[in-house]
Amino acid sequence: MNSLVSKFSSSTATSQLKQAKKHLQQEEEEYGEPAMWGSAGGFGNMAAGIPSFQIPAVADPTSFLRLHTDDAADPSCRIKIQHGTTTLAFRFQGGVIVAVDSRATAGSYIASGTVKKVIEINPYLLGTMAGGAADCQYWETYLGIQCRLHELRNKERISVAAASKYLSNLVYSYKGMGLSMGTMICGWDKTGPRIFYVDSDGTRLKGDLFSVGSGSTFAYGVLDSGYRWDLTDEEAQELGRRSIYAAGHRDAYSGNSCNLYHVKEHGWTYLGNYDISKLHYDGPGDVPGSAGHGYGYSERTAGLSSANDPAPSTENAPAVSVQA
Amino acid sequence: MSIMELNGGSVIAMVGKDCVAIASDLRLGNQALSISSNFQKIFPVTDRIYIGLPGLASDVATLRERFRLRVNMYTIKEERELEPETFAHLVSSTLYEKRFSPYFVEPVVAGLSKLPTSTPESPKFKPFICGTDLIGCLNFAKDFIVCGTASEKLFGVAEGLWEPDLEPEDLFETISQTLLNAVDRDAFSGWGAVVHVLTPDKVITRTLRGRMD
Repeated sequence: MNSLVSKFSSSTATSQLKQAKKHLQQEEEEYGEPAMWGSAGGFGNMAAGIPSFQIPAVADPTSFLRLHTDDAADPSCRIKIQHGTTTLAFRFQGGVIVAVDSRATAGSYIASGTVKKVIEINPYLLGTMAGGAADCQYWETYLGIQCRLHELRNKERISVAAASKYLSNLVYSYKGMGLSMGTMICGWDKTGPRIFYVDSDGTRLKGDLFSVGSGSTFAYGVLDSGYRWDLTDEEAQELGRRSIYAAGHRDAYSGNSCNLYHVKEHGWTYLGNYDISKLHYDGPGDVPGSAGHGYGYSERTAGLSSANDPAPSTENAPAVSVQA
Repeated sequence: MSIMELNGGSVIAMVGKDCVAIASDLRLGNQALSISSNFQKIFPVTDRIYIGLPGLASDVATLRERFRLRVNMYTIKEERELEPETFAHLVSSTLYEKRFSPYFVEPVVAGLSKLPTSTPESPKFKPFICGTDLIGCLNFAKDFIVCGTASEKLFGVAEGLWEPDLEPEDLFETISQTLLNAVDRDAFSGWGAVVHVLTPDKVITRTLRGRMD
């Protein structure tokens, strides 16, 4: 009788959640732990609320994790997290440009050259990925879920400020547990184009121009020298490409290819994938803003002085050039 | 941080039919920062011996000069040309001299050695390659030698591509493909490559256009 009363006495969201939880518990007994069925993080499971993770069964889980995952302090540690990246985003008159490289390294080994480091949270929000690949991917996808729920609850799109704050508060709650992410949440909301830098220390910064990762210094070099607010769309896209090329060229942990996005008023558009070696020798090809030649120093300066010999003809050049 | 990985770089040598090939990348770095795409790691010792020196760049320069000295002294004293086998032992003893404060270099030697049946009218040669560790342990291989930061990747590709009795042009293709594909999986090697193919009557040297990232 009591259970019947509680079942029908209230229909608020919280009471419904309570019931769902009870029901889930029952299911758990029948089917085992949810972890056995896939996500233990609570995806698609409103009753579970915030994701919960298993924690190492030791006295001090935080220092235990650090001992086994922090490869800067101990290169011989067993769990190696993929590092090394260049990502950048900047705001200008025509929206936001987001450009990233695509290399994943584990030590000196190039584990992949085709990583998607831009996470498409939803049609008007992009997140970039630097640091732990899994951490960024999981939490930015999770952020996407929360953004959609916000939209359903409030009949209004979430602002970039709110979305990034949600993420920064979330990663802050895991501070010291080994999360590793440096990300830029980029989008267009009521207030216009916006970029927020969020990292796993809990830092959250609003700004016009950011670059994150091991190659960020090289990217900043090009970005700072070419950046203006009144850049045209073509100029801005070329600046993003050129900056990622610079980082891919000089930084051993960045490279392979550049993925380029442009966020405008009605959401983001994907502009393409550019091979960094191709950018070096031939340039981006027939795209708006293209310089029409390779970005490489020797490609740009060939034949200009006695110190720079004329480059071998690139017309039908064989993959192998013969030295005199 | 390993001192062997400070500057990066890799060398590979392969045996063919009456020829040998030795190739290296051209990168000089300071850890993750790439400095030069024109750093020579392979040096001619005689007309028929080449040595590749992957490892710490300062020791590459030092050892190159030390080997030049010792090879010149040998040639003057013995009044005959140095054979690759002899040079390999010269390399080994030079490295072992510094047993307790080694040069951080793992040399690779490639050469053509004169056969006993060889005469000035009809010279006959046998391909020779060898590698050593940084304190001079000799490794005489019959197929290929790999060294440097991309050595694991080079092993993998070379095991797949190498076959016995390759003619010079085929050997060139094999060693080039091996090197270029291996260094594309290594963060500390790359930025162009150079290949030398030693045949009884000439040395073919070619620079390759590699990935620049």
